[in-house]
Amino acid sequence: MHELLQQIFSGLAAGAVYASVALALVMIYRATDLVNFAQGEMAMFSTYIAWSLVTVGLPFWAAFLITLVASFLGGMAIERIIIRPVENAPVLAAVIVTIGLGLIFNSLAGWFYSYTVQDFPSPFPDRPLFGALMTTQELGVVGVTLVMLTLLFLFFRFTKTGLAMRAAAQNPESARLCGIPVGRMLAIGWGLAAAIGATAGIMVAPVLFLDPYMMSGVLLYAFAGALLGGISSPVGALVGGVIVGVTENLVGTYLIPTQLKLTVALALIILVLVFRPNGLFGTAIVRRV
Amino acid sequence: MAPILELHRLKAFYGQSEVVHGMDVAVEEGGMTVLLGANGAGKTTTLRAICGMVRSEGEIRFAGEQLERRTTEQIAGLGVAHVPEGRGTFMALTVEENLRLGGYTRAGRPDADIQRMYGYFPILAARQHQQAGSLSGGEQQMLAIARALMMGPRLLVLDEPSFGLAPRIVEEIFNIVDRIRREEHVSVLLVEQNASLALELADHAYLLETGYVVTSGSAKALADDPQIRRSYLGY
Amino acid sequence: MTKSFSIVSPDKLAADRYAGLTTESWRWLGTTALIVLVALLPFALSNYHVFELTMVMIYAIAVLGLNILTGYNGQISLGHGGFFAVGAYTTAILMHHYAVPYWATLPPAALICFVLGVLFGLPALRFEGPYLALVTLAMAVATPQVLKYFDNWTGGQQGLNLVKPSPPAALGIDRDRWLYFITLLVLLLAIRVAANLLHGRTGRALVAIRDHPIAAAAMGIDTARYKTLAFGTSTLFTGVAGALSAIVIGFVAPESFTLFLSISFLVGSAIGGIATIGGAIVGGIFIQFVPNLANDISDAAPSALYGVAMLLFMYAMPHGVVGTLGPLLTRSMLRIQARWPALIGK
Repeated sequence: MHELLQQIFSGLAAGAVYASVALALVMIYRATDLVNFAQGEMAMFSTYIAWSLVTVGLPFWAAFLITLVASFLGGMAIERIIIRPVENAPVLAAVIVTIGLGLIFNSLAGWFYSYTVQDFPSPFPDRPLFGALMTTQELGVVGVTLVMLTLLFLFFRFTKTGLAMRAAAQNPESARLCGIPVGRMLAIGWGLAAAIGATAGIMVAPVLFLDPYMMSGVLLYAFAGALLGGISSPVGALVGGVIVGVTENLVGTYLIPTQLKLTVALALIILVLVFRPNGLFGTAIVRRV
Repeated sequence: MAPILELHRLKAFYGQSEVVHGMDVAVEEGGMTVLLGANGAGKTTTLRAICGMVRSEGEIRFAGEQLERRTTEQIAGLGVAHVPEGRGTFMALTVEENLRLGGYTRAGRPDADIQRMYGYFPILAARQHQQAGSLSGGEQQMLAIARALMMGPRLLVLDEPSFGLAPRIVEEIFNIVDRIRREEHVSVLLVEQNASLALELADHAYLLETGYVVTSGSAKALADDPQIRRSYLGY
Repeated sequence: MTKSFSIVSPDKLAADRYAGLTTESWRWLGTTALIVLVALLPFALSNYHVFELTMVMIYAIAVLGLNILTGYNGQISLGHGGFFAVGAYTTAILMHHYAVPYWATLPPAALICFVLGVLFGLPALRFEGPYLALVTLAMAVATPQVLKYFDNWTGGQQGLNLVKPSPPAALGIDRDRWLYFITLLVLLLAIRVAANLLHGRTGRALVAIRDHPIAAAAMGIDTARYKTLAFGTSTLFTGVAGALSAIVIGFVAPESFTLFLSISFLVGSAIGGIATIGGAIVGGIFIQFVPNLANDISDAAPSALYGVAMLLFMYAMPHGVVGTLGPLLTRSMLRIQARWPALIGK
């Protein structure tokens, strides 16, 4: 029983990371109808930036904040420069662009920082808590994620820009008629998604260790989690990410050897989707005839 | 009274096809001008051209500014509030959030403006925190107009506000619009299929047919001319 | 008084009949010239280049399969690498464990992939857009893991070595060229089948389903049947390509069939032009040559160059090379036709 709870908490920590990346995916999907396949690689690259800052001696949280700001600005720049040209092109073209972008980030990271696996410092001491039910690391990850989510919620619910962004995502034409600069809102959206991804990457790096492929598995699980929750629902992204995290951990521990873990986890998720083809919280895509 | 909006030889395109062929329209400041005509006459396309939502050629002058090369957001910021066909409400947001969005371009807190809107449309106050999508058609239309007014515009552009609404509601809305025009010193450009009601309230009218202006003049003159009434307006 | 009811004078009719080749004839001429060129090419090139071109054709067949699904049917698949693997391993297992001759493995590979595709297509009916992407993605991700797991059949991590086929002695060409011609034959067959399928009733039904699924259903098109068949046909093509790849390379291992392969197929499809047949060939060329080119140019970050290439192609030609250049070519031909009717008649 004790071990089961341990695994569940471990899964929650992993789930927090998947939920964050899933949220970033959903944010971009709601705004642009596009799945950003480069989300994981962008997060990985941000994590490397944080790593270099820490390596030259900056305290962890300073490096963390600087990385967040840099990632936010980077995300905005990416939307304006890389994505803007294909915003009105067929969706597949935009998908290919994000795939290419992911490759570019992956390759650049390998080039600048080499493919050697690096240690990444954790701000949380790796001590067991609550009678070895969880570690401080795990609690810290969940905590940081919750803080980030709260800030995001407050931003979208109570600020003028947050409201304008929600409007621009829902109905860009009406938003323009209200004088809202929709293009700029999209850029901010990408910036936020990048910052969220950076947070996820930094939280998970101490556990997964840092190398250019660190986030590829995470992206996969986050994508599955976002769809499980419903690709158009932020709440769904969070719930889906957490479910995926816990399920993956339990399946890996109790059911199947690590080899087939990913396959089984995906199979289970797809099974759920068969009964709820739009995810747990998703709304059916209404199509006009 | 100088015109606040002037369209000079305006051509507008729907995709590749030209649907408005060189139109001249003027809206007097503080007055209400109505564009009448059957479906496909180019009324909505004209309005969309004014707000930079479709490709156009020709001149669009608004309060001394040229609108032709500007983006929709810029035009909104200059004081043109467009209530589109179908209302364009943010369905998933609350009534209050919709109104707040209307005030996006204004500095300062929108609360006083929002209260004023509730003064014009009391029903919206009762539904403040409801999702806009759950409102009835008439209420959504009121919300759309209120949202446009939140912008503090000089020109209010209304595209078929009577669409799909019961006659009683339509009359109520039109009366409020007329009241707004007088109290807020807003000029109104109206597109309508419901000719009789529109001609009662408007000062000037233009009759459009397949992208051309076929007749224009004071609303009273158009309303009284029996031939025009019979041929184009069907009554 | 002539009894002709035509409003065009008989002289003009006669003139038209002999006024140059029609666009049809030009197209036929161009295609034949291309085929002749392609048939002669292997004799002018080194063995390695012949092998590379063979791989281009194999990838073209695979991408053609993907085009049938994505382009004509609007269903996105991130999993075609998996079906490619199924075809490859069907051939490999039959050749390695049962000593089946290489050419005889193609029909079973085709059949198995078709059935698998139909089985996949049935639940896939419920999914749209990103959800379908996930389901196919699962296939791509699961494949190497499953292949490693059933290692007594598949040879596990090590994979299976296959005996490369010998060309019939009578023809007097070497192995690489023999495989080239076999692949060319299969490619031409695939193109013929795809063209017949897509330019006929089935193709129109697929496009209708893609663009207006509700209207299509209302017109009585059995949406489910067509979508499922499209899936099966698509995987059949890609599976056959996989089988050929096993024969040509002479080796299969799970590492060759990762998610990256599925993504490569999608990229090739998009770059060529998803709803085109010619685009599949462009896609094949892209997949085979651009990563290698990137490797040659940059030691440090070749994938970055590959990524940049993808971006540039999509910016310049968002509908793919054939999707963009095709209409341009048609317009040019029409302009030439208007200007010099003697050259291109109606």
